[in-house]
Amino acid sequence: MSAATASAVRPVSVASFAQARNVRRDEEHNEVEMLMPVIAEVFGNIGITKDDVDFICSGSSDYLIGGPFSFVMALDAVGVWPPRSESHVEMDGAWALYEAWVLLQEGEIDAALVYSFGRSSLGDLNEILALQLDPYYMAPLWPDPVSLAALQARALIDAGKATEADFAAIASRSRRDALGNPNAQVAKDIPADTLLEEPYVVSPLRRHTLPPITDGAAAIVLAAGDKARQWSDKPVWITGFDHRIETHALGARDLTTSPSTARAAERAGVGDGPVHVAEIHVPYAHQEIIVKEALGLDDSVAVNPSGGPLAANPVMSAGLIRIGEAAARIASGEARRAVAHATSGPCLQQNLVCVLEGE
Amino acid sequence: MPESEALHASHHLEYPYSRSVGPVIGAFLTGLRDGKLFGVRGSGGSVIVPPTEYDPTTGEDTGELIEVGPAGVVESWAWVAEPLRKHPLQTPFAWALIRLDGADTAMLHAVDSGGPDALATGDRVTVRFRPAAERIGAMADIEAFVPEGGAA
Amino acid sequence: MADDTAADERGPVTTLATPIRLDFDFTPGVAQSRFLRGLEQGKFMGQRCGVCGKVYVPSRGSCPTDGVPTIEDVELANVGTITTYCVVNVPFAGQSIEIPYICAQVLLDGANLSFMGLIQEVPTDQIRMGMRVEAVWVEPDQLTPSLASVKYFRPNGEPDADYETFKEYL
Repeated sequence: MSAATASAVRPVSVASFAQARNVRRDEEHNEVEMLMPVIAEVFGNIGITKDDVDFICSGSSDYLIGGPFSFVMALDAVGVWPPRSESHVEMDGAWALYEAWVLLQEGEIDAALVYSFGRSSLGDLNEILALQLDPYYMAPLWPDPVSLAALQARALIDAGKATEADFAAIASRSRRDALGNPNAQVAKDIPADTLLEEPYVVSPLRRHTLPPITDGAAAIVLAAGDKARQWSDKPVWITGFDHRIETHALGARDLTTSPSTARAAERAGVGDGPVHVAEIHVPYAHQEIIVKEALGLDDSVAVNPSGGPLAANPVMSAGLIRIGEAAARIASGEARRAVAHATSGPCLQQNLVCVLEGE
Repeated sequence: MPESEALHASHHLEYPYSRSVGPVIGAFLTGLRDGKLFGVRGSGGSVIVPPTEYDPTTGEDTGELIEVGPAGVVESWAWVAEPLRKHPLQTPFAWALIRLDGADTAMLHAVDSGGPDALATGDRVTVRFRPAAERIGAMADIEAFVPEGGAA
Repeated sequence: MADDTAADERGPVTTLATPIRLDFDFTPGVAQSRFLRGLEQGKFMGQRCGVCGKVYVPSRGSCPTDGVPTIEDVELANVGTITTYCVVNVPFAGQSIEIPYICAQVLLDGANLSFMGLIQEVPTDQIRMGMRVEAVWVEPDQLTPSLASVKYFRPNGEPDADYETFKEYL
């Protein structure tokens, strides 16, 4: 955020955050039943009800459930009578949060509920995610997301910016850190050397560099003005928020860098102060190297103390959860300033950066 | 069926989609049907393959059609030991970003190199089209790329 | 390179067929499973909201008004009222029923939510809002946890329901 516009940013707080326990497959509940306890918790944390929020925005994808307008059914988890102001993005909930934040900036509303959900276990993610690609040149070849991520990882190695050992170290650390996260799906302490003995899934990626398949949901309440102070003694403020996208033509991008993340970080003012914690949405271990560089973070920053997407990757919620986890570290007093990041599209095509500060 | 067992139902989504391609993408696909590879002139004189209607960096309209290939350089690759059911090859192959001779951007396709040890970034590969009678004007008109000189 | 002189006669490529197919293993969740298990036993099961008292069938597990879990199971009657209907005359791909046919919203007695059903045994020019109907089930040994257990609804001979009784459900 440039100096001229920074003063015009209306302070918005992340007043509450809740997530479902991340599991490989929730066969028992449908999406509404998964969401209800999450919504109840996100309201219950601060003692409010649905009548206290002015706007509802959700992020999800019909392709995960295999049916149209699946987000409409999800509103049953909130109870939208009398009729409510509501919106939806066919994207990770982090972008739903951005939309709510924009409305809060305009001063039309003072509080918003944002949620996201998805059961990746119902379909085949390899085929579903191929459909987000260029429909003429790429999708007809049905390249799965692991294959595309592997092309990016190879480019990183060829550029001399990383090694397979670096990927293993990131995976080992993330899943070890996840042992401290009760909501993590994959948490274990395995040394990097052992991980390197795994065979390739798609070279140069081995299983440990890949995210798990996860069913999950999450919710955040945003508040501005008096409500922010009413709902928390020590609000966690969003002080910068931006997102940028690159071309969908994969071969026209330099896959070893993330200019959209760097641009969003600059606009969000990441470099305006120290960063204590970064929760970054990097489903593949090698991508941590790229995003960390684009955000301008050094080794003093704790990256993905929650375990990150390598520990739980509920598609459509993983980005929103990064924002929630970063806010939680500030709320608990562990950090005063944090960066959260979300991504969408193949090989980090589109990136969102959110800067959070405590008082 | 016991009450405690979760109910399952197989569900399929199927759409026939027939997309109009426009003159730019259409020119590339027509080229494929004719056994040729084309790029398009972008901003600053660059050649974009496969062609886009607008330059991916500047957003300006792209211009003339330029023939490229039939060979090029592997800019990155990834070995698929166990192809998925919809992959372009059903025997082990490499995905690759291939910058064709004359192009400034890379295109994605499969390389039939025979094994992961037979391929490296920087290698030259050449296109292997399907027989003319089988080509319809789609990416699948290219069966795969192969190491130049027939190393496979 | 192959002989491609024949390509010139075909003209430029203007369309690309990009068929897609995705396969899912769907699980319906707790509330919908109760409804489906009910069908397997030849009955309509709904759920009541503990806040507003409304009964939803099929239930998704939540009251859409209050946003609270609906945990009380309610068995509904086999009879109901047609709140609105449509006579389908337009053929479409995948159509399994011979046209013309009637589909209608059926409000079962005791429910606060109607659902769509096939109506048979009434000429298409005699279907009306308020008509009282009953479900016709498949043979007991053909019952499954699916709406295929209900063959269709047919008039049950009762006088039409008063408009006042269903006007809230249109």
